[in-house]
Amino acid sequence: MKKRWPLILIGILIILLGFAYVTRDQSKQGESITAVGSTALQPLVEAAGEEYSKVNPGIFVNVQGGGSGTGLSQIQSGAVSIGNSDLFASEQTGIDEKKLTDNRVAVIGITPILNKKAGIKNLTTKQLQAIFTGKVTNWQQVGGRNQKIVIVNRTQGSGTRVTFEKRGLNKARSIASQEQDSSGTTRQIVATTPGAISYVSFSYINDTISVPTLNGIKPTNKNVTTNKWQIWSYEHLYTQKNTDKVTKRFIKYVLSSHVQDELVPQLGYIPIKDMQVERLE
Amino acid sequence: MDKIRESILTKSHASKLERRGKIISFMCLGGICLIVLAIFIFIAYRGLATFTSDHVSIFKFLGGTKWNPEVTENGHPLVGALPMITGSFLITILATLLALPFAIGTALMMTDITPKMGTRILQPVLELLVGIPSVVYGFVGLTVVVPFMRSIFGGSGFGILAGTFVLFVMVLPTITSMTVDALKSVPKDYRSASLALGATRWQTIYKVVLRTATPGILTAIVFGMARAFGEALAVQMVVGNAALMPTSLVAPASTLTSVLTTGIGNTVLGTVQNDALWSLALILLLMSLAFNLAIHLIAKRGELKR
Repeated sequence: MKKRWPLILIGILIILLGFAYVTRDQSKQGESITAVGSTALQPLVEAAGEEYSKVNPGIFVNVQGGGSGTGLSQIQSGAVSIGNSDLFASEQTGIDEKKLTDNRVAVIGITPILNKKAGIKNLTTKQLQAIFTGKVTNWQQVGGRNQKIVIVNRTQGSGTRVTFEKRGLNKARSIASQEQDSSGTTRQIVATTPGAISYVSFSYINDTISVPTLNGIKPTNKNVTTNKWQIWSYEHLYTQKNTDKVTKRFIKYVLSSHVQDELVPQLGYIPIKDMQVERLE
Repeated sequence: MDKIRESILTKSHASKLERRGKIISFMCLGGICLIVLAIFIFIAYRGLATFTSDHVSIFKFLGGTKWNPEVTENGHPLVGALPMITGSFLITILATLLALPFAIGTALMMTDITPKMGTRILQPVLELLVGIPSVVYGFVGLTVVVPFMRSIFGGSGFGILAGTFVLFVMVLPTITSMTVDALKSVPKDYRSASLALGATRWQTIYKVVLRTATPGILTAIVFGMARAFGEALAVQMVVGNAALMPTSLVAPASTLTSVLTTGIGNTVLGTVQNDALWSLALILLLMSLAFNLAIHLIAKRGELKR
């Protein structure tokens, strides 16, 4: 019996390798598309991918998170077919935008959110800037209750944070504060911490938090389409310049009226064709 | 004659088997050494790029208190890692200190006071604690410990103290089970001799058992610290991830691991932001090396005493 164990071990190894071979990623045959990156865009690409597989049997869309930075660096190195990003490639350091093709598939609005006890209904851009740069530390100073301000940021380099700082804070940088790497956790912390302020995309708005108007403007999809509400960003599917046909077809599908009219609004995004303005950076 | 000569000169089946076994063992050993070496070289190569290609001074990195790799000041990116280093050490030391009395008490229960109950109840409980994934600890920390801290100390509840409590539960089984091993390795004669001299059980435990097992217990502590230092997920969920110098135990802080896990997805390989994170990884690696060295040193000194 003792002599058999190497044989058994080798047998297991062969079975494992065989299993790996049978279930190997067959992307080289052009039947699978891998999309990696932004977690904000992930639900849309996943839903679109599932529907696409139903219409085109045999083609599988594999969607992974990892963050906009990961998406852009993976597409730049050619490791994946699509890089999902909340940011323009030019906004991310270390990415050469000339090597990539930008496909904007949706728009997402971002809004500041407050804990309900702050007692604030409206904020101006100046006040928002003062809060996030640490010049104002109590809600009383901007017309709220006597409550210390607790800033909750998203992780440095996250698409939501970059957009919020660029559009909401007029390119000012937030002071160092606590950071969370998911929108869900951020919302939960703001809901339960008195005096907390943060920012999330529109799809995360619910009753547990209060949403102030900014300069008197309500954060609605309609205001985003007219650019009255300025804190919004495109959702990009970046591809390499000369990508394969399968990927091109999938992106065409995401831009088709079926996905744009049904899936996109259903999942809380704004269809690209509704936009009355265009941004180039 | 020839037959005997032949059988002596040719290799027997057994010696062939032995040789084959040796080759396989050496190949496994070589493979592992190669992997470890490759990891070291890779992390060192990436981690040192911050200092070589991005020209950040190593003192500014270790002593700086501003972590903001996207911003450059006087031509150098702001990558002061002191807040994270301090956070990591504070949480590790506090959690270990908190766990130590519990660990020694539990271990004594299991070896000297009630060995039966120890093996029947405490052992399975400890093994269960080891088996729980760290994300579960983090989740419990986020939903129970953090609100509790918030209700007592105010603020957001996130911070070093919350991290300490979560890590305390996580390192407890490690330290306890290794302390049990240390206590078990104290020869029975010592206990018998002590009792025969008229010492009470407490005196025996305090003056003989614990003294003899000290090197083993120290090793257990270092192992616990190593685990605490490297834990990422659970700590990241409750510590608040603010790259600020810790001013109080209940204000958001950060650790090396928490900054690494939250930041790595938002950076691009080869940029300063990414290199800086690799430098943090290098610090983690060097620290685990230091912990290993400490364990060896303690083991050596313990041997000499005997």
